[in-house]
Formats: sequence, structure tokens, C-alpha cells
Amino acid sequence: MSSKSHNHDHHDEGFIRKYIFSVDHKVIGLQYGITSLLFLLFGFSLMAIMRWQLAYPGTPIPILGFLFGESGTLAPEQYNSLGAMHGTIMVFLGVVPLAVGAFGNYIVPLQIGAIDMAFPKLNAASYWSYFVGGVIMISSFFMPEGAARSGWTSYPPLSVFENGQTFWLISMVFLITSSLLGSMNFIVTIVQLRAPGLTWMRLPLFVWSQFVTSFLLVLAFPPLEAAAILQLMDRVAGTSFFLPSGLVLSGEIVDVAGSGSPLLWQHLFWFLAHPEVYVLILPAMGIVAEILTNNTRKPLWGFKSIVYSMVFLGFCSFIVWAHHMFLTGMGQAMSAFFQTTTMIISIPSIVILTSYFLSLWGGSIRFNTPMLFALAFLPMFGIGGLTGLPLGLAAADIYLHDTYYVIGHFHYVVAPGTIFALFAGIYYWFPKITGKKMNEMLGKLHFWPSLIFMNGIFMPMFIQGLAGVSRRLADGGESYAHASGVLQWNEFMTTSAFLLGISQIPFIINLIMSIFSGEKAGRNPWDSTTVEWAAPSPPLAHVNFDSEITVHHSAYEYSVPDSKKDFIPQTEH
Amino acid sequence: MEVPYIVKEREDTGLINSKLGIWVFLASEIMLFGGLFSAYIFLRLAAAPGEFAHWSAELSVPLATVNTLVLISSSVSMVMAWASLKLNDFPKYRMYMGITLLCALIFLVIKYFEYTGKFHHDIYPSSSTFMAIYFTLTGLHGIHIIGGMIVMLYFWLPVGSKMWDSQPEHFANRVEALGLYWHFVDLVWIFLFPVLYLL
Repeated sequence: MSSKSHNHDHHDEGFIRKYIFSVDHKVIGLQYGITSLLFLLFGFSLMAIMRWQLAYPGTPIPILGFLFGESGTLAPEQYNSLGAMHGTIMVFLGVVPLAVGAFGNYIVPLQIGAIDMAFPKLNAASYWSYFVGGVIMISSFFMPEGAARSGWTSYPPLSVFENGQTFWLISMVFLITSSLLGSMNFIVTIVQLRAPGLTWMRLPLFVWSQFVTSFLLVLAFPPLEAAAILQLMDRVAGTSFFLPSGLVLSGEIVDVAGSGSPLLWQHLFWFLAHPEVYVLILPAMGIVAEILTNNTRKPLWGFKSIVYSMVFLGFCSFIVWAHHMFLTGMGQAMSAFFQTTTMIISIPSIVILTSYFLSLWGGSIRFNTPMLFALAFLPMFGIGGLTGLPLGLAAADIYLHDTYYVIGHFHYVVAPGTIFALFAGIYYWFPKITGKKMNEMLGKLHFWPSLIFMNGIFMPMFIQGLAGVSRRLADGGESYAHASGVLQWNEFMTTSAFLLGISQIPFIINLIMSIFSGEKAGRNPWDSTTVEWAAPSPPLAHVNFDSEITVHHSAYEYSVPDSKKDFIPQTEH
Repeated sequence: MEVPYIVKEREDTGLINSKLGIWVFLASEIMLFGGLFSAYIFLRLAAAPGEFAHWSAELSVPLATVNTLVLISSSVSMVMAWASLKLNDFPKYRMYMGITLLCALIFLVIKYFEYTGKFHHDIYPSSSTFMAIYFTLTGLHGIHIIGGMIVMLYFWLPVGSKMWDSQPEHFANRVEALGLYWHFVDLVWIFLFPVLYLL
């Protein structure tokens, strides 16, 4: 530390330096949080439009129908475009930036007792790269033929023949750069900036989850960047990386060099996209661990086995990708390998979930809003995980592949799973961020309807999927006889989706209202043990803490026998 | 307050932040080029026999050999530049960094002649799968060279190197991180040369 830098602390920063181009991890975390919540809302609206069409095919879409031409309904291409953008926005612009960019940035330095991330300027660059990527992605809606429409997976050859795809690819390059800069920063921060005494096994699970997540992002995203570069070459330079010879489009042989392979894209894409699934779920598991142990007032059961499971999960997530490709005819040996690794990777997930359930045993549970969301995460993620097992077995997957069953499965993991955990995290850390508590009544008014309607949307998908209804059909499967028995569920699911949207209103009111008139929270409103609660609420700009941080305890020392309080903060001597 | 361990190593990890950071970055770069190399293998295995070798014969091995030597020299001069800083000899640092920059420029000029030579013979990325992967791999590698040159130029010109006067250790660490990156870029070429030109 150079001595002359001390004087710089008290400089008044202008508004732009302080709130727009800030290098403070807390401001960047909030920027990530606000941006990604808006993207989540936008992605949700795209889905709401699609769901209207599925429930009432041929009926003009209310209010927004004029956007889609004279009929007021979605043409199949428009439906595909909305579907592709819903997936892309939710995954790459919504959930991951919220889980990693927002929570990681705000909470990780605080939980390890650091004054900031290791590279504050890179951190800001990461946010702005994400922002530019988001703007490019949204602007592709204004392309003459609309946004990309090959799903979030962008399978060639189809994707190569769309104009919107160019924007999708360029945007992805920005988003990948953003996540690389961010995750590099997390790894260095966690290795280097832990407070004295904060050994690896004393790290809270949220930090562990971000640590593993960062490795996944650093190592899995570049192959997708490579794939995006190749597809961009196919689009703009006329190459044929993913285009086979003799490709027929609209009845004519396409004039391309050929001899490429569409399968190559699938391999490169899923090499990222499977670890990406764990990028979605690991931070959620970390948040849930913090909240569960805090509100059961007892140490987490099996702390070490959870840590090892997370690391093992991260490692294994690199060797299961081709279970998304059983239908491509890649051969039995390959299928056998990938279905074996897929069964193996379910073990650490189950160890983690079991440890969480066992942690509840004998606890004196406080049912506050963050705890309700965290508790709901357990069965919801459980349903999502267990319904995934049949998809990991080649024989069952051949029947279920690309049906609504798959949609139901991964939405259970991500929507009532990860997003509930993220809601839990927002309610839990809001007092730290603003110094005010969120309203409990409105919180419960947010939680219960959300839980009910989430299940109302996704549970019937299993029924439809098992009956063989395919995904990505603009008419929801009306033209297929085998679907006729289960299509009546569409109206139920659509109604649930709209009601889910309405259930978010108490949350938005709560979020805004509590900033101004919430109950004042002290440093440690939840009587928590981890280090972030030793900082003032909100933490001080640029330095976070008002005292030297030294850690003397493991992460979750709740209800230690013979101690005066039922919790011992990590920083207490 | 400043982030700690910028100049001094943290005791239990034995690392400064930038060194760990650049290594993690290089790990991601390995995965980026690794993805492209596996694409090369995948496409080569799927191609008609002799197809890749046939197109590979269009490339100029002598030019690529010269370029290989140029890049290896640049790696040596990069090490010398860093070592000069450690020996407290700033004028030598500027000389060696200048040589590195010059080598990088020579590499790009030769590459430019290779590219335009192909275009004159109507050979483009769209000509064949081999040419597609050739232009993609060498193009991306070229972008990495340019990126390295921008940073080198910054550390060579007074605007970046004036840090030497106020924080010499910090500056030497920056040059070391740049050097690690530069060696990686060279190493990628060491793989590209046989894979594209010789096999």
C-alpha cells in the first residue's frame, strides 16, 4: 500500500464517477442487479406473449398484438424468434448476470473481508461489456427479418441462414468477454484477498459456489466463443464450418463450399452449455446454504462434503455435454460414456440437496421471507433434478427429447429453483445493501402466489411432454393428433403465467418502498455469522469495513453449546 | 486504501494478483484455441482423404519458417526486456522492448504478404474447409499479436513507462504479465505452424 494513496480516499467524486463508471464492486454489483432484473422482466414478457398464442391460437394478442403485423398473432417465424430470445435473454442476460455479476460482485468481497475486487477497473469493464452485449442483443429485434430465431442453442445449418443471427453472435462475443473478465477477477479475489484467518475451509459456501462457478465460466465459455467465431465466419465470410455438402434449402441445393459439420457446433455449444447449467445452479445453492443455516440457527450439516461435492460437480460438468446429443446418432459407445458420466454427476447434486434437508432436522426454524424462498428451492430443485435423470439415459431420452418434458425439467431447475434462490438472496442481503429491511407481509404476498403459479406453469409440461408434445411449435401442437388429449392444459398454464407476472407486483412495490420507508436494519439484522455483517449497512464506499477484519471462526457457528448468544460471528475474537 | 498484493506477494499463496490473473486468463485462452484446434481435428477427420494436405500445399512453408524464427526471437527479446528491468537498466529495457515490437511488426507484414498472395490466386476462406480454418486460426492469432503490440507500445512509450520512475516494481510486474501473454501467443504459433503448414 503506498502512503500517498490515503489522501485520495476523501476526494469527492462526481455523479458519473460515483454511479455510472464506478469501479466500486458494490456499485457495479447493483448495476448488474438492476440491469439483469430488467432483462428478466423483458424475457418474461416475451414468454407471456408466446403463452397467449399457445392458449388461444388465432386470437389476436391483447395490447401488444399490433407489433406482429395485421393479424395480431405470431407468425411461426416470430414465435421462433421470441422463443430464441426468451432463452438467450433469460440465461445470458438475466439469470447468470444476476447470480454471478450482481450477487457475486456485491457479496463475495464482503464475505471474504476485502475492500474491493482484485481488479476494480476490469470489473467495471466486465459490466460495460455485458451492457453493450445486451444492447446489441435487443437491437437485433429491429433487423429487417427480426431477431435470431434458432433457439438459444443456435443450431446450424438453419441459424447460418438468418440475418438476426449475426447480431446474436456479435452480442455473444461481448457477453463471453464480460463473463471472462468477471470470473478471472473472482478467482484472483478469492485466492488473494481473503482476510487474515479466513482459511479455505472457513469460507462461506456462497464464496465456494462462486469460486467453482468462476472456473466453469473461465474454462467453458471460450469454446463457445470459438464456435461463435466459426459461425460468424460462416455467416459473413462464406465458409462452411457447419454446412455439409449438398445442403438443400427451400428445394434448392445451397451454393456453399460444404464439407462442414453441423455436429461440430453442437459439440462446441454443449461443451459450454452444460457447465452453464451448473453456473446457473451453483450460486443458487450457495445462497440457499447461507439462508438455511442462518434461519435454522444451527451449523450446516456436512459442510465439507458440500464443498467437495461442489468442486466435484464443477469438474464433472465438463464431461457430460453430449447427453444433449443422444439423438444425433453419435454412436453407442459415446452414448454409453456420456450417460454414465451423467449418472455420476447426479451424485454430488444429491449429496448437496440431502445435506440441506438434513440441516433442517432439529433446527428452530425462522419462517421469514428469505427462508421461505430458500425452503421452496429444495423441493423445486429436487423435482427439476430428478426429472432430469430419465433425460440422461439414452433409451428414455430418445422418446422425451425435444418434448415439453425437457422444458418442464430445466425450468424447474432454473425458475422455481435458481430464481427462487435469487429472490431469497435479494430479501436476505437487502438490509446490508440499503440499511433497511424489506416488508415481511409483502414478501409473503410475493412468495406464496409465486410458488403456486410456478408449479401451475411447469407441472403440466411434464404431462404434455410425456404425451409426446414437441417444443417450439407455434400452434402449441394443435396440428398433431397425439397432442389433442393434453392441449387443454395450455390455457391453465397460460393463466398461471399471467398470474405469476401479477404476483411479482408486491415484490416490485416492496423493493422500491423499502428503500425509502423500510424498517431500519442495523449491521446484523439476521444475527448472522459471516463476515459481510461486520460491515456497516450499507458498507462504506471503496473500503467496505470500518474496522480491521480478522477471522477467528468457521463460517456457521450457530447455537454453539456454552456460548452466551446462539451465534458466534466469524470476526469475533 | 488500495487493493493489497499488487507488488508484494501474499505470504500463504506466494502470488501477486496480476500473475495469478494472467495465468487464469491464459487458461481461458488455451480453451479458446483448444476449441478451434479440436474443430480442426473434427473437420480433418470428416474430410475426404488428402483434402487437407492438398490445400495445405498452397501455403508457403519458407515464409512461415521465417515467421516462426521471428516470433521465437521476439520471445527472447521480451525476456531480455523484463530481465533488464530487474537489473535496473531502463535504456536496455527500451531497446529490447523495441526489438520485440519490431519482430511482431515483421511477423504481421509477412503474414500480410501471405494473405494477399492467397487472395491474388482467388483463394478465400470460402474456398475450402481447410482454408476456412486456416484463415480463422491465423486471423485470430493475428488479432492476438495486434493486441500484444498495443500493450507493448504503451509500455514502450513514455506514457506507460513513466511508471518506472515512481513504482519500478509494479512496472516490472506489468511487463512480466505482458511477457507471459506474449510467450503464449508465440506458443500458439508453434502449434499452428506444423498443424497448418507441415501436416
